[in-house]
Amino acid sequence: MKSCSEHTGTAFVFLKYSITIYSYSMGLFGKIFGKKEKESLEKGMEKTRTGFLSKITKAIAGKSTVDEEVLDELETALIAADVGLDTTIHIINQVEKRVKEDKYVSTSELNTLLKDEIAQLLVDHSKADEPASIPKPYVILVVGVNGVGKTTTIGKLAYQFKQAGKSVMLGAADTFRAAAVDQLTIWSERAGVPIIKQPMGSDPAAVAFDAAKSAVAKDIDVLLIDTAGRLQNKQHLMDELSKIKRSITKVIPGAPHEVMLVLDGSTGQNALEQARQFTAATDVSALVITKLDGTAKGGVVLAIAHQFQIPVKYIGVGEKIDELLSFDKKAFVDTLFE
Amino acid sequence: MFNNLTDKLESAFKNIKGEGRINELNIANTLKDIRRALIDADVNYKIAKEFTDKVKEKAVGEKVLNAISPGQLMVKIVKDELASLMGGTQAAFSISGKPAIILIAGLQGSGKTTLSGKLAYFLKNKKGKNPLLVAADVYRPAAINQLHVLGEQVGVDVYSESDNKDVVLIAQNAIAEAKKLNKNVVIIDTAGRLAIDEEMMTEVAHIKEAVNPSEILFVVDSMTGQDAVNTAKAFNDRLDFTGVVLTKLDGDTRGGAALSIKYTVEKPIKFVSNGEKMEMLDEFYPERMAQRILGMGDITSLVEKAQENYDEEQAKKLEKKIRRNQFDFQDFLEQLQQIKKMGNLKDIMGMIPGMGKAIKDVDIKDDAFKGIEAIIKSMTPFERANPDIITQSRRQRLARGSGKDISEINALMKQFDQMRQMMKNMNKMPIPKMPGFKR
Repeated sequence: MKSCSEHTGTAFVFLKYSITIYSYSMGLFGKIFGKKEKESLEKGMEKTRTGFLSKITKAIAGKSTVDEEVLDELETALIAADVGLDTTIHIINQVEKRVKEDKYVSTSELNTLLKDEIAQLLVDHSKADEPASIPKPYVILVVGVNGVGKTTTIGKLAYQFKQAGKSVMLGAADTFRAAAVDQLTIWSERAGVPIIKQPMGSDPAAVAFDAAKSAVAKDIDVLLIDTAGRLQNKQHLMDELSKIKRSITKVIPGAPHEVMLVLDGSTGQNALEQARQFTAATDVSALVITKLDGTAKGGVVLAIAHQFQIPVKYIGVGEKIDELLSFDKKAFVDTLFE
Repeated sequence: MFNNLTDKLESAFKNIKGEGRINELNIANTLKDIRRALIDADVNYKIAKEFTDKVKEKAVGEKVLNAISPGQLMVKIVKDELASLMGGTQAAFSISGKPAIILIAGLQGSGKTTLSGKLAYFLKNKKGKNPLLVAADVYRPAAINQLHVLGEQVGVDVYSESDNKDVVLIAQNAIAEAKKLNKNVVIIDTAGRLAIDEEMMTEVAHIKEAVNPSEILFVVDSMTGQDAVNTAKAFNDRLDFTGVVLTKLDGDTRGGAALSIKYTVEKPIKFVSNGEKMEMLDEFYPERMAQRILGMGDITSLVEKAQENYDEEQAKKLEKKIRRNQFDFQDFLEQLQQIKKMGNLKDIMGMIPGMGKAIKDVDIKDDAFKGIEAIIKSMTPFERANPDIITQSRRQRLARGSGKDISEINALMKQFDQMRQMMKNMNKMPIPKMPGFKR
């Protein structure tokens, strides 16, 4: 056995070389690709960021109705809901613009206006639900970091599809976390749907492959595939996810038809990184926000919608099998300001 | 992403060099930047405000020396203040009592069961204890199984009752069992619960009353946003917990929740946990956490990341070659593959203190290595192993083969030479300087 410090030492040396090689490579490529475009972008963003409070103050100067206090409150509400600074600034800028155009805005009008602006940020998802375009089996791959509620969400989804008269199958491709397969098996029993599984430690891509084959053979309507939780910065695990996805496509071209990223509603700004990295690995097509029955508001969804244009499809509001709701923009916006 | 606060503050302070002292006026924008960095890191907005007020008090009147940059001075004040707030009085982990009882509580998905397993491993292997794990989550499907699997992994017995839904009774029975088995620590894993779920909060309070724990650990996901304050307060009001455990503290997690929680409930952060391996439980280092929150980079996590992704044999081989000045294009190519495995490169660079500004100026694409790879792949094995023989005519061929301009081939050759030299001289330095970047 090697000592821990020795191991770390070698890792550190390796890292030093990597960084050197990397920076040389980048130095070279900085020259080849040029950096002008990037710079102007950075500058532009910087400008928006600086002094947005003073901008608002100026915008409503002389107006007795929407005053600084109102907008301050607004800013606070958005930040407190985890909307994040950039998107908060964007929203406030939009509101400011409208206030300018309309000249006179009362506080209640501001409310409507604001909800409008926020609703516009959220991407619509209704088109994807049109029944004519639904292939069979319709494959949904469920991904996310650890502990967000992927398995629970799949149990609830299975139940919902079953209630809607669809034939449903589950694929237990989380072969890593202790007892994850058992957990999904219990959900499959609760929902009354079949499950394809292999022992713990099996290759998750192989499980997904089997599940897809079986769903085709049994003429299943909806196949839901569970995956192990993984933090987005673990590159090898993200690669594994891409592999799982490819193994599904191998059986059913065009599948998975939906890649659902499950986000914990109480997560802060890190959810943006989650959306970024999971999308890079698997082309996330929809979001599920869980645990919205607590005090967290899930406002980071706005930032995600703003940056990545991924629609929210469902929200989880409890541990019971029927506590998964279709996402309702209006209701969501309302709760942000409760 | 990684907005390096130090760099930001540097520029904010450019104007006040020579002004003598930090005052309310010249510090205003800086404070705004700090507040922004804190909120970006998910520090609660109210606490971010109070914190910056505190920093202002400390900073105003400080002498601005021309030798030290005011930006750096400011960052030091902020970092020290953060670290001292989060550290404060370090309470030892209490494993007294016969047996000592440890109660684990928190929201759903915060990582309680994994933490219970890690804690059992820690107590058994590092503290020489003989622990018993207790499965008191009777709600989540397969939660009991999960604890059994983890118990087996770490070689610790697990107590559970499959038909009993009375968790208070389970906990009491478990303690009786522990006494019988001569166990000296009992770790009770409870179900995840929302702070506003009255019934469930009462339940965990009942467990506490019944078993009188020496430690009650509140487990919280490091990625938690603004709500961390509410949750921590609610749990503390009900349980008066003795310490906090931050979980999932990996890579790009900024972990502002740590500050929010410490500030709100004034309870020590006793452990941080990252990764899914059972030995990955660590003490809390306020200094490291402060750097993380400020997005100042964290060499430790960088090394950890490298550790996860590199091949030790290959690294040693490489080191030898570099020492003998035999580093060639084949090694270069292999090394590029390894670096790619480490994930998002810009993030990696961002973790290095002081690098934030440098990488901002470079357009980093994920396929940035492609051009280099194309050139190297156009080389024959002999050329790869003998960089010095690549003459002008060979370069012409490489340009055609890789579809690059001859000037790009020349640039690569030159960079390669410099890089080789650099690496050879590097072992003397603790952290490599970054050539090609302005500092």
